[in-house]
Amino acid sequence: MTELERHTYDVVVIGAGGAGLRAAIEAREQGKRTAIVCKSLFGKAHTVMAEGGCAAAMGNANSNDNWQVHYRDTMRGGKFLNNWRMAELHAQEAPDRVWELETYGALFDRTPDGRISQRNFGGHTYPRLAHVGDRTGLELIRTLQQKIVSLQQEDFEATGDYEANLKVYAECTVTELLKDGDAISGAFGYWRESGRFILFDAPAVVLATGGVGKSFKVTSNSWEYTGDGHALAMRAGATLINMEFIQFHPTGMVWPPSVKGILVTESVRGDGGVLKNSEGKRFMFEYVPDVFREQYAETEDEADRWYKDPDNNRRPPELLPRDEVARAINSEVKAGRGTPHGGVFLDVSSRLPAEEITRRLPSMHHQFKELADVDITAEPMEVGPTCHYVMGGVEVDPDTASSVVPGLFAAGEVAGGMHGSNRLGGNSLSDLLVFGRRAGMGAAVYVDSLQERPKIDEADIDAAATEALAPFELEGGENPYSIHQELQQSMNDLVGIIRKEEEMEQALGRLAEFRGRIAKMTVEGHRQFNPGWHLALDLRNMLTVSECVAKAALRRQESRGGHTRDDYPGMNAEWRKKLLVCALDADGGVNVTEEQQIPMREDLLELFELDELKKYLTDEELPAK
Amino acid sequence: MSYKGKFRVWRGDSDGGELKDYEVEVNEGEVVLDVIHRLQATQTPDMAVRWNCKAGKCGSCSAEINGMPKLMCMCRMNTFAEDEVVTVTPMRTFPVIRDLVTDVSFNYQKAREIPAFKPPADVKPGDYRMQQVDVERSQEFRKCIECFLCQDTCHVIRDHEENKESFSGPRFLMRIAELDMHPLDAADRQHAAQEQHGLGFCNITKCCTEVCPEHIKITDNALIPMKERVADRKYDPIVWLGNKIRRRPA
Ligand code: SF4
Ligand code: SF4
Ligand code: FES
Repeated sequence: MTELERHTYDVVVIGAGGAGLRAAIEAREQGKRTAIVCKSLFGKAHTVMAEGGCAAAMGNANSNDNWQVHYRDTMRGGKFLNNWRMAELHAQEAPDRVWELETYGALFDRTPDGRISQRNFGGHTYPRLAHVGDRTGLELIRTLQQKIVSLQQEDFEATGDYEANLKVYAECTVTELLKDGDAISGAFGYWRESGRFILFDAPAVVLATGGVGKSFKVTSNSWEYTGDGHALAMRAGATLINMEFIQFHPTGMVWPPSVKGILVTESVRGDGGVLKNSEGKRFMFEYVPDVFREQYAETEDEADRWYKDPDNNRRPPELLPRDEVARAINSEVKAGRGTPHGGVFLDVSSRLPAEEITRRLPSMHHQFKELADVDITAEPMEVGPTCHYVMGGVEVDPDTASSVVPGLFAAGEVAGGMHGSNRLGGNSLSDLLVFGRRAGMGAAVYVDSLQERPKIDEADIDAAATEALAPFELEGGENPYSIHQELQQSMNDLVGIIRKEEEMEQALGRLAEFRGRIAKMTVEGHRQFNPGWHLALDLRNMLTVSECVAKAALRRQESRGGHTRDDYPGMNAEWRKKLLVCALDADGGVNVTEEQQIPMREDLLELFELDELKKYLTDEELPAK
Repeated sequence: MSYKGKFRVWRGDSDGGELKDYEVEVNEGEVVLDVIHRLQATQTPDMAVRWNCKAGKCGSCSAEINGMPKLMCMCRMNTFAEDEVVTVTPMRTFPVIRDLVTDVSFNYQKAREIPAFKPPADVKPGDYRMQQVDVERSQEFRKCIECFLCQDTCHVIRDHEENKESFSGPRFLMRIAELDMHPLDAADRQHAAQEQHGLGFCNITKCCTEVCPEHIKITDNALIPMKERVADRKYDPIVWLGNKIRRRPA
């Protein structure tokens, strides 16, 4: 191969969002030479879009909060399908991870006594989200980015080179992972700017590539979310779980069309905003499911009192977990009670004084004003569901974040298990920090344990290069943009919020057809900063991931969290025990198999009332007391 | 309401380039970035442009639209007349890579030259106590999405390549102010602002503030107070001591 740039590292982190940066910080602090490879510029990752906050049971706003309560809320939110060990570690470690950010320079909003303020969010029993107005994700990214810079400054002091032990390769895409036998030996990719190839020789790779939303038409996700890590992991022989569970955030913008899908933070509801249909009715009271009946208010009066006196009143149903709210909005619109642009009304203008709204929700105010000509302090917003988050991802060991492939780790959205069938708002930022750190540590320990460094096979490099250049080889084929649009439309229509067997079968047919068309598509121009080529390569990943989603969704015959079947509307305790595991077969197709969940540890089971457990578990699983 | 919009986009690379004319469909509610994307999808699949969030939150899509530094994703098409030619060019202060994409590494280099937040030695994680009023000043500056439009605009470095060495630009002078105003930062910032980052070059024209998409009052709230602190300190060494004492946690 000509023109191949080579680098040697201990740990390569793919992705520079919250999980990737936290993993890199950890690996470097454990003394490992670390590279961060990301598709965008440093500091632009999708984490900046997170608005509401970072859930951690610090107990600053309500001293009754503790990790056990957070654990319970997380399991309930995920309808008990969560990997309980991940949920446990997450609830226990989140406070330390948040406090640590303050030592990196983060400036969260404060309580009157000077501690970190915490806000209410859907599914969380107490005010729990550390936040900075409605731009918490930006604070998190900037803080971690600045911590990376600070470590580079330390290295500069010691060696005269900022990048001696920690370097960011920005605008660089990894297209293939390389292996020596079973174990990871490196990663192959290209510079987006020049199109030149780059090789990382490294025994440990941490995937932190985020989600898959770009396979759907209406999404809050950025172009980067093409399921790269999910697909890379599968091609390297790792497994994915829970891919049927996709979170549709209940409140995305619905108008104008060009911004359809852009997120409207849940904080609007956490701070008092209510949902109304075209008849002016607060419809969420009609949609409280039995499992949550006891925790949610039955009247508007009680719901409104809760904001001031949460100890003696039940929560407003607008704050149910996201899957419930998204389905409710979907039904209202289907029943003909939607807004002119096909959403429902989200109103905070009649609930809070204007200056309070601009103080608490500045970026929402800005976003609606600039993009939709709507003043949220004076009129309601129009909102509807948008594809927001994939609960599924790489199957990992909870403690070390290791996949089944030695040397391959995953953290954040690309990892599966933590959130079960539905993620609670605010549990993503905390997930990134907790498991980002664990993945960095896991990778460092793994590198130390190696007797011999895995070697890169030159033939694999040639193969990866040929594969990456394939779209330039053909002439007269379709352009990737049109295939992408059709893929998005199919996933949205056929494997969206409400699913039916025939539609999913149809989706699989279409995906098979896309596979043929993708193999034959053509890219114009040359390798230097060519978005058409970039999309062509990302499309392969989107296709693989879409196949996982559709196949797993077709298989799971129940409705739970982010998977709703029209033909199987109820939750089924037998299905709770099962994970659907996706792997690639020899000719690149997706294979789905069933795996039994590990039963929850006894002391964790004991954190719940028996009556509640009965709603989720089979009789044999219930504790014998 | 859909119409054919007239666009003039700079196409080229570091060796040079030119403005090219396009006619492209524009629909209700769209922003400039939507139209650029439609160009990519229908006429110019290899047109280079940076973007991520399409919601004014990541600061990737900076460019100059009819000569004004702006985010393409926040620039509504209905701010132009239908027959108006919309000219889109890359940020001028940074070297072009290709089409609308520029090399912004200058900014990352400057970021690296500012010493990081120095945590107070005697406060453990979890014990940080700060009042909302005291964090708000720095929080304003932390709203920065690093679009670098202020850097692009500032006349000290726009068309003055020679000043880049000694001037860090409004975004990074503001970063120093942010750290200086952080209630618990334990480092001294003012000397470096003046000596190493070129605060003295700034003659408070406020052009940076005008283009900031986050509406941060860069000049009034960061640069001018920084200048005052630096000036005060030149006359009165006690001020420095006072600052440090006041900034101890309660
Ligand atoms: S106020 Fe200062 S930093 Fe801002 S544009 Fe003018 S000279 Fe540049
Ligand atoms: S201060 Fe404003 S203009 Fe400058 S980089 Fe930050 S957000 Fe952009
Ligand atoms: S794309 Fe993120 S600011 Fe424009």
